[in-house]
Amino acid sequence: MSRFLLRRLVLLTLTVLLTSMLVFLVTQWLPGDVCRIVLGREAGPSAIENCRQELGLNQPLPQQYFNWFSDFLSGDWGISYSTNLPIYPIVMDRLRNSLLLALVSLIISLPLAVTLGVIAGLNVQKPIDNTISIGSLAVVGLPEFVTGLVVIQIFSFFLRDLGLPYLPANSSISPDMTFIEKLPMLILPALTAMLVLLAYIARLTRAGVLAELHQPYVRTADLKGLPRRTVIMKHVLRNALLPTVTVIAISIGWLISGLVVIENVFNYPGLGRLMIFAIDRRDLPLLQAVTMVTVLGFAISNMGADILYALLNPKIRLK
Amino acid sequence: MRQLFRNPVSATGTVITLIFLLIAIISPLIAPYGANEIIPTDARQPPSADHWFGTDNLGRDVFSRVLLGAREILVLAGLGTLLAVIIGTLFGLLAGYQSGWFDEITMRVFDSLLALPALLLALLLLGTVGNSRYSILIVIVVLYIPIVARVVRSVVLAVRQQGYVEAAQLIGEPRTRILLREILPSVLPTLSVESALRFSYAIFLVASLGFLGVGVQPPSPNWGLMVKEARAYSNLIPWALFFPALAISVVVVGVNLMADGIKRITSADQDE
Amino acid sequence: MKLLKDQPILELSDLSVSYQHGDLLLEAVRDINMKINLGETYGLAGESGSGKTTLVLAVMRYLGSRAKITKGNILLGDHDLRSLNDQQLRRVWQSEIALVPQDPLSSLNPSMKIGDQLAEVLQLQSNISRHMASQLSKEWLNKVQIPDPERVASSYPHQISGGMQQRVLIAMALSSSPSLLVLDEPTTNLDVTTQAVILDLIGELIRDLEMAILYVTHNLGVIAQYCDRVGVMYAGELVEEAGTADIFLKPLHPYTIGLLESIPRLGDTKDHLQLKPIEGQIPALGQVPSGCNFRTRCPIVVDICHERPQLSPAGGSRFSRCHRWQEIDLGEVNAHRETPPIPSKQNDITVEDTYTLQIKNLSVSFPIQRSLRDVVQNKAGRSLQAVNDVNFEISPGSTLGLVGESGSGKTTIARAIMGLQGISAGSIKLNQVHLPDRLSRRDLATLRQLQIVFQNPAEALNPHFTIGESLSRPLIRLLGMSRQEAKIKIETLLSDVHLPADYTNRYPQELSGGEIQRIALGRAIASNPDLLILDEPISALDVSVQAAILNLVGELQNDHQNSILFVSHNLAVVGYLADHTAVIYMGYILELSGRGELFNPPHHPYTEALISAIPEVKVPRERKTIYLQGELPDFSELTDGCPFHSRCPRYLGDICIKKIPTWQVDPGTGKSILCHIPLEELSASQISSTNVDTSEY
Repeated sequence: MSRFLLRRLVLLTLTVLLTSMLVFLVTQWLPGDVCRIVLGREAGPSAIENCRQELGLNQPLPQQYFNWFSDFLSGDWGISYSTNLPIYPIVMDRLRNSLLLALVSLIISLPLAVTLGVIAGLNVQKPIDNTISIGSLAVVGLPEFVTGLVVIQIFSFFLRDLGLPYLPANSSISPDMTFIEKLPMLILPALTAMLVLLAYIARLTRAGVLAELHQPYVRTADLKGLPRRTVIMKHVLRNALLPTVTVIAISIGWLISGLVVIENVFNYPGLGRLMIFAIDRRDLPLLQAVTMVTVLGFAISNMGADILYALLNPKIRLK
Repeated sequence: MRQLFRNPVSATGTVITLIFLLIAIISPLIAPYGANEIIPTDARQPPSADHWFGTDNLGRDVFSRVLLGAREILVLAGLGTLLAVIIGTLFGLLAGYQSGWFDEITMRVFDSLLALPALLLALLLLGTVGNSRYSILIVIVVLYIPIVARVVRSVVLAVRQQGYVEAAQLIGEPRTRILLREILPSVLPTLSVESALRFSYAIFLVASLGFLGVGVQPPSPNWGLMVKEARAYSNLIPWALFFPALAISVVVVGVNLMADGIKRITSADQDE
Repeated sequence: MKLLKDQPILELSDLSVSYQHGDLLLEAVRDINMKINLGETYGLAGESGSGKTTLVLAVMRYLGSRAKITKGNILLGDHDLRSLNDQQLRRVWQSEIALVPQDPLSSLNPSMKIGDQLAEVLQLQSNISRHMASQLSKEWLNKVQIPDPERVASSYPHQISGGMQQRVLIAMALSSSPSLLVLDEPTTNLDVTTQAVILDLIGELIRDLEMAILYVTHNLGVIAQYCDRVGVMYAGELVEEAGTADIFLKPLHPYTIGLLESIPRLGDTKDHLQLKPIEGQIPALGQVPSGCNFRTRCPIVVDICHERPQLSPAGGSRFSRCHRWQEIDLGEVNAHRETPPIPSKQNDITVEDTYTLQIKNLSVSFPIQRSLRDVVQNKAGRSLQAVNDVNFEISPGSTLGLVGESGSGKTTIARAIMGLQGISAGSIKLNQVHLPDRLSRRDLATLRQLQIVFQNPAEALNPHFTIGESLSRPLIRLLGMSRQEAKIKIETLLSDVHLPADYTNRYPQELSGGEIQRIALGRAIASNPDLLILDEPISALDVSVQAAILNLVGELQNDHQNSILFVSHNLAVVGYLADHTAVIYMGYILELSGRGELFNPPHHPYTEALISAIPEVKVPRERKTIYLQGELPDFSELTDGCPFHSRCPRYLGDICIKKIPTWQVDPGTGKSILCHIPLEELSASQISSTNVDTSEY
C-alpha cells in the first residue's frame, strides 16, 4: 500500500512538472513581443529593452522556466498585464467562488445521481430504467451552455414573464456579499452543473450495478436466504459503488473544465471566466497562473480518487 | 449497420446523425442565402416564409447559417476525430503489442496529457496559438489521440494473450501482419464505439469553443458562436439563439444515441 | 420438516426446463423424475450440455430470467417449490437447502471478510449476537480443517487459496443445517491432491448428518466413491439410474457404457489398445435428436430407437432409458466398441546424439517486485524460481509426458521451449542445435520444426478467419506454399484429423471444442514439425471427446513420427499416451520413468500421492488414498532441501529440509527418482497400481 501511495505521489509530481513545462512553453509561442504589447506600439527600443531586462526575457529558456516555476511555488505570481493588479489575490478569490459552486453542485447531485443509477440498474429494461437511461444519455451529451441557456430560459425569463418570482440570470457575486446573499445567485449555475453531473454519475452507477448483479457471489448471498434488500444493500452495492467513488473524485476534474462554460453563461466570477478573460487579453502571467491552479486541482482530485479507490478495494489495499 | 435500426432509440440517433451529415455535405447547394449575406433591411425578422428561421441582428438568414454551420462543425469535428482515431489506433496497437519502452514512454506522455481537462487544454492551446480552423483541428487531434490510444491499447493487451495470436507468432508471421490481420479485427468493435463517442465530444468541443469565442472568429457560422452573438439580443431575436442551440442539441444527442446503439450491438456480439 | 416414513426429501416429477433464445424455446431438461431420501447421497453424472447445471438451478429455484420451468413439480419435503413466493423461497434457502458451487472465488463477496460472510449465515439461523456468530464461524472454519482460523476469518477471499475458499463455502453450506445439500462440481477447478482432501472432508462431515445430498459432477470416480445412487444425464434426460455398485459393474445404457470405456485405466498404454471414444458429439440445445436422444451416437441403434424410450425399471431399483436394455443385461448385444491398437513403429534404442529435444539445467525465474521496505533497506529484488535446473530428453518419435499440478512450472517449461518465455539458465537443443531463447531470434526453419497446441479451444483459432484461412497460414509462412497449393493441402489436413472437407469455409464459432482442438492439431502438424508440444490439450474438453483427441494424437504421431512433449496434470492420460514421464513439483523434476513403468513402484512419494488421489471407478475402493496435508508452499518458502518436504507423507527429518536429494536410478524399472529414501524401501511399501479403473478429472 505504501508503495502504491509513493507511486501516485511521484506520478502527481511528474504530471504537475510536465504540465507546468507545457504551460510555460505554450505561452512562450505567443505571436508578438510581450513587451511591445504591454508598452504599446509607440514605445522606443530602449524602453522595450528595459522591459525585456526587467521581465528576464533575454535569459535562456530553461532559466526563465526555472524562475517562473520557483516563483509560482513560492506564491509570487506576478502582476497581470492587462489590469496591473497582483495575480495571486485575484486568482484565489475566483478559486474560492469556483470551489463554492462546484461543491454545492456535487453535494446536491451526488446522492440523487447514485440513487437514480442504482434504481435504473436494479430494474433493467423496465420503463423506469429506460427513462433514466435515455434521459441521462440525452442530457450528458448536451454542451453545458445549451443546458445553461435552457435553464435560464425556463427559470428566469419564463417565470419572470409570467409574473412569478424568478431567479437571476446573472450571477455576478462579489466578495463582500454574505453567503445568504450569494445563495440565490448560485442556484441556476449549480442546477446546470448538476444536470450534467447527474446524468454522468447515474450512468456510471447503473453500469456498475449491472456488472455486479450477475456475479456468482450474489447468488451465494441470495441462497443464504438473506432478504433481497440485504443482498442488494450489503453485498451488491458495496462492490458496485466502488467505481462510482472514483468517479466522484474525477467529477471534480470535470467540473473544473465544465465550469468554464457555465461561469461564462451566468457571468459568475470564477476561475473559468478569469481564464477566458486572460485569453481574450493575451494576459500571459494571468493565464499561466490560472491554468496551473486548475491543473493542480485536477491532478490532486484524480490522485485522491485513486487513493480512495485503493483504500476501499481490498484487492488493492492488501497485497 | 442494419442492427442499428432495430432499436428505436438508436435508430433515431442514427437517422439524425445521417441527416446532419448529409446536410453538412450538401448545404452550400440547398442554403437559400449565403452565410455572410447581410440584408440590412431584413434584420431582426421573426421566422417567415422568406426566412424560415428568421434573421439575426445583422440581417443574416439564420436557417442558412444553421445549415452551413453544420458543415463547419461536422467537418471540423469529423476530420479531427478521424485523424485522432487513425493516429491513436496506430499508437495503441504498437504500445499494446510491443510493451517495451515504447509503451512506457508513450503511455506516460499520454497520461500527462490526459491529466488535463479537455476544454482547458484546448483553451490553453488556442489562447496562445491563435484562432483559426486549423488550430481547432490540431487541438481536437492532440486532445483525442491519447484517449483513443489508451482504449485501443487495453483491447490489444487482452487480445494479445489469446492462443491464436501466439500461434501466429510461432509460425513466424511478421509483426505488421499480426497487428493488422490478427489483432485489429478484434479491436474494431470497441474502436467504433469509441470513435462515435469521440465524434460527439468533438462536436461538443467545437460548439463550446465557439460559444466562448475562442478559436473561432466571426463571421463563421459556428453554431456556438451564433449562440454567443445572439445572446446579447436574446430578448429581441430569440430565434437567432434558439435554432442554433437546437441544432447543437439535436446533433449531439443523435450521435450519442447512435454511439450507445453501437455499444449495445458490439457487446451483444461479444457475449455470444 | 416432518416426513412420512419413506417419503423422500426431494422429489422431482416430470420436471422440464427450457431456455428462451430469441423467439425459440429450447428445451434443456426433459421429464426428470428423481427421488432422494434423507441420509442418501445421489450422484448426478453428466458432461457439459447434459443439463445437469440447469437442473440444479431449477431445483434451487434460481434460474435466470431466460429459463422457465415448463412442466413438472419440485417437492422439498412438504414444500411445493414452484408455488412459493420470494419470501417463502428465501426461508427455504435459509434452512432447508444449501449449495456448494463450482467456482469458489467468484462465489465469495470480494469486499467482505471471510469471517463476516460466514457469520452472516449463522446469524440468520438463530438470533445470536455478532460476537457469538463470530466465535461460531471460527469454530466452523476449524471443522473444515482450515489452519489458523483467526487469520482466515479476518482475510478477504482473494488472500486465501482455492482449496481454502472451497472449504469456506462448504462451511457456509453446512452451517445452515440443510435437509438437502447440493454440490455442483465442487472440486473441478482444484488440483487433484487438493480435490482428494476436500472430497474426503465432505465425506467425513456428512457422514453423521441426516442429510440428503445431490452431488453433481462429470467425474465418475468421485461418484463411485461417495454416492449411494447414480443418475446419468445425457442431453437433458436421465438415461440411467441405479445404485452405485450396480451401475459401474453392469451399466445398462450405451451412453453409460461408452462413458466408462472412454477413460483410460491406469496402466493402459497406447501400445496395446486404442481408447474408445463415443462417436459424434454432444448435441447443442435445440438440436437434440427426436426419439432416443442418444441414437445418433449409439453403436447398437436400431429402427425402434426413433421412438422415444421410457425410463424403464430394470429390476432392483435400476432404471434404463434404452429400448434394448434387456438385451444388454443378458449379454445378448455388445454395446462396447472394440478398437484395435495402433501399430507402433517405434523401437527403444536411442543413441545419445539423436535426441530431438534436449533440455539441460533449465531454470526460469521471475523477478518479484520489491516492497517499499526492501527498497529502503536496499535489499536486492527476490525472484520466483519457477523452474529449477531441469534436465530431460526426448528421442525421435517418442512421447514424453510432463506431469504436474498447477504452479508446478510445467507450462513455463513448455513456453520456454517455444520461445514465449525467457530462461535464466540452461540450454535447449532442438535436433542438436541450440535454440535461441527469444522467439524473435529464431528463423523460419527453426519455427517449422517446433509447434504447439494450447489448452483452451475457445482462443485457439482467430474468430475472424475461416478454418481454411487458419490452416493455410503455417503452410504459406513456414512451407512457402502458394495459396493454391495450400488449398489442396488443407483438404488432406482436414481428412487427417477426421473432419469433413467443407469445414474449410466455416468459422470457429460454429465448431465444438473437440473439433477446434482437431483443427489446432492439424495446424500444428501442418508443417511436419519434429517436436510437437501439447499443453493440456484435452483438459477443457468433455470426457467422451477427450478419448477421440487422444487417439488422433497417437495416429498423427504414427504417421508423422514426430516427438511429443505432453504436458498435463492428468496422470492417467499421460500414463496412456507417454513413453516416458517426468513428474514435476514446484519447478523441480522429482521423477523420470520409462515405458509403461509409471504405475509400478518404486514411486517418488509425490507421485505416489498423485496416483492414489485419482478417483477410481470401482466400488468399494481398492487403494488407500494418501492425503497431502497443507497447501502448495509459497515459492519464497523453498529451502535448499527437497521442495516436497513440507507435505511429504514419508518425511524423514532434517535432511529433507537442508539437503537436496540426489538422483537414484532403479535398475528394475529404469526410473530416476529424486529422494533421500532408498529405493528398496520405497518399493517395499508401495503397491502396483496397474489395471485400476479410473475416471478423468
